[in-house]
Amino acid sequence: MTSPTDTPPLPDGLVVVVKEECETCQMIVPVLGQLDQTATLTLYTQDNPDFPAEPRAHHDADLAVSWHHDIETVPTLIRVVDGIEIERTVGWLRDDWERLTGVAGLGDGLPPMRPGCGSVSVDPDRVDELRVRFGGSALSSRRIDIAAAEDTAEMLFNRGWTDGLPVVAPTEARVMRMLDGTTRSPSETVVAVPPDLVEVTVEKIAISAVMAGCKPEYLPWVLTAVELACTDEFNMHGLLATTMPVGPVMICSGPGTRAIGMNSGINALGQGNRANSTIGRALQLVIRNLGGGRPGGVDRATHGSPSKVGFCFAENDAESPYGTLAGQLGVEGDVDAVSLFAGEGPRCVVDQLSRDPDSLARSLAAGLDAIYHPKLRFAFDAVLVMGPEHARVFAEAGWDREAIIAAISEHTLRPGAELVRGAGGIAEGIPEGFSEVPAVPKFQPGGLLLAYAGGGAGLFSQIIGGWVGGDIGSKPVCGSVAY
Amino acid sequence: MVTTILDPTSEQTVVEREVLARPASLEGLTVGLLDISKPRGNVFLDRLEERLVGAGAIVKRYAKPTFTKPAPVDLRHKIATECRVVIEALAD
Repeated sequence: MTSPTDTPPLPDGLVVVVKEECETCQMIVPVLGQLDQTATLTLYTQDNPDFPAEPRAHHDADLAVSWHHDIETVPTLIRVVDGIEIERTVGWLRDDWERLTGVAGLGDGLPPMRPGCGSVSVDPDRVDELRVRFGGSALSSRRIDIAAAEDTAEMLFNRGWTDGLPVVAPTEARVMRMLDGTTRSPSETVVAVPPDLVEVTVEKIAISAVMAGCKPEYLPWVLTAVELACTDEFNMHGLLATTMPVGPVMICSGPGTRAIGMNSGINALGQGNRANSTIGRALQLVIRNLGGGRPGGVDRATHGSPSKVGFCFAENDAESPYGTLAGQLGVEGDVDAVSLFAGEGPRCVVDQLSRDPDSLARSLAAGLDAIYHPKLRFAFDAVLVMGPEHARVFAEAGWDREAIIAAISEHTLRPGAELVRGAGGIAEGIPEGFSEVPAVPKFQPGGLLLAYAGGGAGLFSQIIGGWVGGDIGSKPVCGSVAY
Repeated sequence: MVTTILDPTSEQTVVEREVLARPASLEGLTVGLLDISKPRGNVFLDRLEERLVGAGAIVKRYAKPTFTKPAPVDLRHKIATECRVVIEALAD
């Protein structure tokens, strides 16, 4: 942490802050001349040290005066008595200037009023840096200097802090800006992150969010995802450690997804949208850099999956004919919610011919049956992400979420004799004891989940196969976004 | 210009612990075998137990409730208090 710098005192009398770039400031130069003759005037200029030519100004080169005295507009006129600000006015308003200065007849020939311009000290490109320099820091992370001769991006790779793609350097200014995205204190402990079970703070998660490329408004979604991932139910430790190609799949819903610009339409599960791409990535960077989970270490995935870089998308809940996945998982209503599912990469089911719901349900069931192995049952959950063209077939027939899931589940039923070990000449399968069971479903109850996303054209659905489901593995979790 | 960044790691201080000297013999020592509950793990552990008992060790068997989650704290404590030797290995 660092302490705030001292506020530079303002001299008694009249203080005016200007910048040359501001036309109003240029216009009032004659007024400044009048005041210099009749009162004690101290002038500060933010940009050109030679502006105005007369009267001479102090150059607020580092903007310390402007920042500490909350100058938001130039010109700002302040009356100071005994070192204390008594009154201020911004822009040019002759009546106010005359009253505040006690000088009549200011600016003859000038219009009675003209608005000012933005102060350099509140320039969006400068304000974060100034806040760090002057405001002190509530951040407690260790500072690491990267030498001038060192390439920042390469240094971050070399330290092992990236997922293989470049990351944004987490400077204090960027992390402070990221923290504007939440009302939570930087020092608040959020959760213990596996595999090292390190208690992480909002600040540390904000650092990961910066590195992933998030905007501040994404941070509440990242925080919510981290909290959900690190529950015993979701079992992030096991998900990381498994040899299977799975990671935390984030499915977001609610009006907030649109507010932060998430994609639930064309290419929703693909590249090209900043929020989709970086929110899921931030969660994975938390696991890597804070939890200590790295491929080859605790992460023992045989093949892994591209989805482990970060797999996050939004549901098109505003147009969904069957509600949200969050609703299916118990978070009802038009709320911002994150659902987390332990899943592999998506695969596509093509059915361009089914126009009645039963035919389509059979097609989808056939696709779902193949998750991991057609002869394996119960162990794996799945999320079925239907696009508008498939979902419409069910909607037009009046099928709701429960009806769709029930029909698909029914069409996955197969005789145990076809599924047991050795059946069909395949050693893999369910235990021998099922050979007499007439109909064995693919999924355990509640194991088939439904989401709605995708572009308007294409009679396709996507299947996201799960990992070991239920109490022995990972259960899908859902929570509303905490701002 | 020097760029200053914030440490993205957990900044954990690793406390180094010295590894105990290897025992010269397993004679009379209690060895813990933890079944992580994967299929056929018991076949492998049965054979290990046979070999260890043959070498004079006393074998205690434990099992995790599920292979997907870390061993519960209580179980780890039980193993630590009951055993003198742990065989550390990973296979799948």
